[in-house]
Amino acid sequence: MRRGGWWFWLLALLGFARRERRDEEPRERIVGPGLPAPRAELATIVLLALTAACAIAFIVFYGVGASTQVLGASLAGAFAFLAAALILVGKRVVVTEELAEEYPGEHPEDETAVAQILEESGSRMTRKRLLGTAAGVAAGSIGVALAAPAVSLGPLFDSGPLYETPWRRGRRLVDEHGKSILASDIESGAFYTAYPQGASRKDLGAPLVVIRLDPATLELPSGREGWAPEGILAFSKICTHAGCAIALYRHPLFDPSEPRPALVCPCHYSTFDPARGAEVIFGPAGRPLPQLPLMIGTDGALRAAGNYSGAVGPAWSKVRSHPPRSV
Amino acid sequence: MRDDDALREPLRFIDDRTGGATFARKALRYVFPDHWSFLLGEVVLYAFVVLVATGIYLALFFEPSLSDTIYTGPYAPLQGAQMSDAYRSAVDLSFSVKAGLLMRQTHHWAADVFVAAMVLHLLRVVFTGAFRRPRELTYVIGVLMLFIALVEGYLGYSLVDDLLSGMGLAIGYSVLLSVPVIGGNLGELLWGAPFPGDPAFESRMYIAHVLLIPGLLAVLIGGHLALIASRHHTQFRGRLGQSNGRLVGVPAFPGQAPRSLGLLAAVAAVLLALGGLVQINPIWLWGPYETGLGTNGAQPDWYLGWLIGALRLMPGFDVTAGSYTVIPNPFWGGILFPTVVVAVLLAFPWLERRWTGDRGRHNLLDRPRDAPGRTGFGVAFLLWVFLIFVAGSADRATVFFGLDYETQIKVYRVLVWVLPVIAFFVVRRFCRALQRAEAVERVQHAAEAEAAAEVERVP
Repeated sequence: MRRGGWWFWLLALLGFARRERRDEEPRERIVGPGLPAPRAELATIVLLALTAACAIAFIVFYGVGASTQVLGASLAGAFAFLAAALILVGKRVVVTEELAEEYPGEHPEDETAVAQILEESGSRMTRKRLLGTAAGVAAGSIGVALAAPAVSLGPLFDSGPLYETPWRRGRRLVDEHGKSILASDIESGAFYTAYPQGASRKDLGAPLVVIRLDPATLELPSGREGWAPEGILAFSKICTHAGCAIALYRHPLFDPSEPRPALVCPCHYSTFDPARGAEVIFGPAGRPLPQLPLMIGTDGALRAAGNYSGAVGPAWSKVRSHPPRSV
Repeated sequence: MRDDDALREPLRFIDDRTGGATFARKALRYVFPDHWSFLLGEVVLYAFVVLVATGIYLALFFEPSLSDTIYTGPYAPLQGAQMSDAYRSAVDLSFSVKAGLLMRQTHHWAADVFVAAMVLHLLRVVFTGAFRRPRELTYVIGVLMLFIALVEGYLGYSLVDDLLSGMGLAIGYSVLLSVPVIGGNLGELLWGAPFPGDPAFESRMYIAHVLLIPGLLAVLIGGHLALIASRHHTQFRGRLGQSNGRLVGVPAFPGQAPRSLGLLAAVAAVLLALGGLVQINPIWLWGPYETGLGTNGAQPDWYLGWLIGALRLMPGFDVTAGSYTVIPNPFWGGILFPTVVVAVLLAFPWLERRWTGDRGRHNLLDRPRDAPGRTGFGVAFLLWVFLIFVAGSADRATVFFGLDYETQIKVYRVLVWVLPVIAFFVVRRFCRALQRAEAVERVQHAAEAEAAAEVERVP
């Protein structure tokens, strides 16, 4: 490396600069003038230093695996100091000015010209309407063709799966551990969740809510004689309003003075009267909870005596059209 | 040597190849009127930036899959629980990835702030008449973005597959099923099978949440900003000679740029502080979702409260014709109600034009009192939606204050129709009274000034 090389460059630069300055005309400012603000500049520098300090602290905290609170506070601190610095720069350090400007107006000549271009471009066409129709049909067909594969997403034209449930005559009720539920397990005043033995628990038709009421208080709809042996009732646990699980059971502690036992959905508080076949007594549901007929086996285990009284889950146009189907 | 000579070379290089100097010169001196309420839209934009940044980080760890797995991670209460990979990876990124929980909570807070700032921005635009000609399209894009953002937020917390996710999705599925005639088909199409649907449904939500909807939002944000820049900002009448033809404000550079970037940093600071210090959606407490499980006291993110309220307020009936269900119940609160809200908001500039017959160009903003009819209607409409929102939290009032739930709902069913009507007349009258008081004040000021001048002239 040549020694003293930088001297040469500095001199050249100075000479260049001096020459420039000699030739220079004083140029009119675009940005308005302003006085120096050394205190604001100093404050900005301090804030930027604090920003860097917080950012570095965050890196260290991250490295040592500090808590979420410490990480969040340090990084938030860095951004907070940066925000303060930038706002100070905008308000005090750079030139501050008020500008005035005309709002943009309309462009009537251009509008006319565009319309003219569009019109004149088609002046050779003799069958405009037919051409337009053909173009529309072509574009529409391509659009539909491109959209058609979306039908693969799901069974668009087959609502059969919506009626399917895993329950059929003889299927055991089991608890969440897969253990068979006995009629003697079901106590009055409590609330049990049951699933079909040997089937997926995830299907909407699977989960049941099981309770025991005094058989004398039952007023089930006609045709459901024998569906509630010993007063044990099973209903679909899926609310007929919006598909949430019925997770609340209102059971009176003092019979004469409190309202009847009710099954309640915690999402929108649809309230069902289990003694009357889970008819809706309050809330937005439009259909009773489907009831599952029960029977008690010789071993005392609860089993389904058939499928539900209606399709399970939220309503769609044909929810009342067909009975549920066992799969 | 002048400072700008050093910049000349690179600028010439760029201008030669892009022709950008003319644009840059205009852009740097673009005028921003100065009013605090104009920051709201910027807060939305910067929350979006934070959402994208934190969302990308989350996507590096989150596994959008419903495959079953057994939890073996560090969080003891879930040990041995069966769950999906989606939920397991969301819990893992909260507990086992350094800064993962900070990013997840910041993302969630940013979503809540994003929508909140949008709503406030919308109120500012409506109550000051900023939506009027020539800015109707800017407004329409903005309204569309608000409702797209709601869908985006809903998908975001539905992806996690915790108990609240599942309950929310069950409700969404039920609302879709309630579309008259074709609801059942739509539900099966989107979910791929009856609820909880095909495992691919998770992938469908994921691509929508991380690509389709954010991409759409980015395009709409671009259009929104381009239209603003083209028509320029509105402004309030002020002491600087603002008029319908003349815009007064701070130039983009050097005045506005550092302030706006400062706001970006401030938004990031607030969101990170919330994400680090204030717990939000502790998914490990909810547990994995299963159709047969539910929890009491589940609340969605605030911006879905109006829909929960609408669903809860409906009396229980399905409209049926024989065995055919014409209109399932969730349709009213879940589809008709939001459709009406969106439609009224979208049509508002044209509705107002029809009512007032005012077809002029408006660059000057009204104060709310300047347009008593609009302000009255705006307050009434807002109150309608807000009361339905509040009705959605009636169960909380039952838990905290012991108010009977059913009584509350019955009262709300009346209030949501009566109070907005009263509010319209009260607010309109209040605005007119303010206007009259101002007119009186103006006359007084003029008289006093005249009297003072008279006194001076006498000696």
